[in-house]
Amino acid sequence: MEFPQIDYVAILPEIIICGLALLIMLFAAFLPRDRRWITGHIAWFGIIVASFAVWMNWGTDTRTFAGMYSIDLFSSVLKLIFLLGSLLVVFMSENYIRLHKLEAGEYYALIIFSLFGMMMMASAADLVVFFVGLEIMSVALYVLAGFRRSDPKSNESSLKYFLLGAFATGFIVLGIAFVFGAVGTTSIAQMFDPQQYTLANSFFYLMVGGGLLLIGLAFKLASFPFHMWVPDVYEGAPTAVTAFMSSGPKAAAIAVLARVFVVAFGQHITQLSPMFWSLSVLTMFTGNLIAISQTNIKRMLAYSSIAHAGYMLIAFATGTAEAVNSVVFYLLTYTVMNLGAFMVLLVVEGKEDGDNEITSFTGLGRRHPFLGAAMTLFLISLAGIPPTAGFAGKFFLFKAAVAKGQIPLVVIAVINSLISVYYYLRVVVVMFMIDTQTEFRPVSYPAFLYVALVVAVLGTIVLGVFPTSFFPFDIPLLASGR
Amino acid sequence: MVPLEYYLTLSAVIFAIGVLGVLTSRNLIVIFMSIEIMLNAGNLALIAFSRALGDVSGHAFVFIVFAVAAAEAAVGLAIILAVFRNRESVNADDFNIMRW
Repeated sequence: MEFPQIDYVAILPEIIICGLALLIMLFAAFLPRDRRWITGHIAWFGIIVASFAVWMNWGTDTRTFAGMYSIDLFSSVLKLIFLLGSLLVVFMSENYIRLHKLEAGEYYALIIFSLFGMMMMASAADLVVFFVGLEIMSVALYVLAGFRRSDPKSNESSLKYFLLGAFATGFIVLGIAFVFGAVGTTSIAQMFDPQQYTLANSFFYLMVGGGLLLIGLAFKLASFPFHMWVPDVYEGAPTAVTAFMSSGPKAAAIAVLARVFVVAFGQHITQLSPMFWSLSVLTMFTGNLIAISQTNIKRMLAYSSIAHAGYMLIAFATGTAEAVNSVVFYLLTYTVMNLGAFMVLLVVEGKEDGDNEITSFTGLGRRHPFLGAAMTLFLISLAGIPPTAGFAGKFFLFKAAVAKGQIPLVVIAVINSLISVYYYLRVVVVMFMIDTQTEFRPVSYPAFLYVALVVAVLGTIVLGVFPTSFFPFDIPLLASGR
Repeated sequence: MVPLEYYLTLSAVIFAIGVLGVLTSRNLIVIFMSIEIMLNAGNLALIAFSRALGDVSGHAFVFIVFAVAAAEAAVGLAIILAVFRNRESVNADDFNIMRW
């Protein structure tokens, strides 16, 4: 019997991240309650070390674990996006978990485990690896959503997330089964060879399997019509966890969609395109139109994240490598600006949580100009107004779609961006232009949150002004392998 | 030998029972059981395909699905228990604090 070669250097980032999570759990078990804050510092330090490991593997183009695990530029870029997102979330959480008395050390361990799952999904060159990564990510997130055990809202959020997430898992397992049956392999790299169709009804099985997989991934991506869980889960989960959930899992789902539907099923793009087209349009309209009527800012951001999932799906309706590259850039900008908005929300929320109404921002801009200005920047970036990151992200995505002739879709997306300006700017109006009798209460933000906020502000501006100097736009979608 | 289509039809029927169970039942534990039935329908399809193709990788994947289902059951029952402690209920209709 022959064992596959394992390239330990190539999977060094994953080893570091997985070890880090185990280390934090160990620390959390032995540290007294008032020393648990140490775990947070281990977490951010470990994430930075893992980022260096990813950077060390930059330019590697190989597949290890018998071709199941792809280390290439595509996965490295996505891993850096996940690591950046998690780093910002760890910085945000520092103060939050102290204020809300959530100092069980498992908090950071779960975040890092979830990060590990996302990194596996980004590198998956095989449906089995993708499935395991997805479950590692999701199971950790189910627990995180319910981390405020005594809060009924958090309970409910966790419960809904778990039941619907597990429901989606059922679809994914059956989908993988049918795809496996159709092409006789679970390896993404070997799938686009039509000679693989061995059984009588292979093509039918492939369509069934592809459809089921898409349903499962649409759940994770929060796309219409599988978005119903998003607002409830986002509202109920602890705010720092909501921030994490809104960026990472979406990006991981996009990575898998790209690998499965653009690389593996690439030759069926003409059949797939109309499906993604309608998913994209419906998701955009659902997210944007319902967001208008929201008064709770967390719910508004939840519907906004649904709308952004709609924009991201444009790339799959287009189905070119250029479109996928621009959606990866979009994910980077989305991570930065969305986490930024959540940071300001976290500061405003302060100690007395539960009230996340938009009205709680009244007068913020006058009393705390920096916070107000930062929030304004993040919101206009989410709306896609230049010269911010959000504009650059949309610009490249729409450009790629127009290049493939998807003009009606781009027009619809632009109309949706205009609709979204209404609800984003409403928060700005509340912050700056409404007179209040009472002064906005003083807020405190500790050093870590401040650093994270500055990083997000700089990221939003720099990615908007110099997008091409920080992002390689010619990423091959799968390692050629050995 | 029983043809592949028979197994797949059985798998589809079991899957449909699971989906219907999730959508119609009101008890959290029953919903959770229905999800497990869906996973097992997937397993059945995997085994059937694996047999038809003469490729064992489908069998191996079934073991991974088992492990994942066990992990999900552990977390899921813990979540249901945490919810039950606060609300003294496992009826899905009682969990509606948040509505759009």
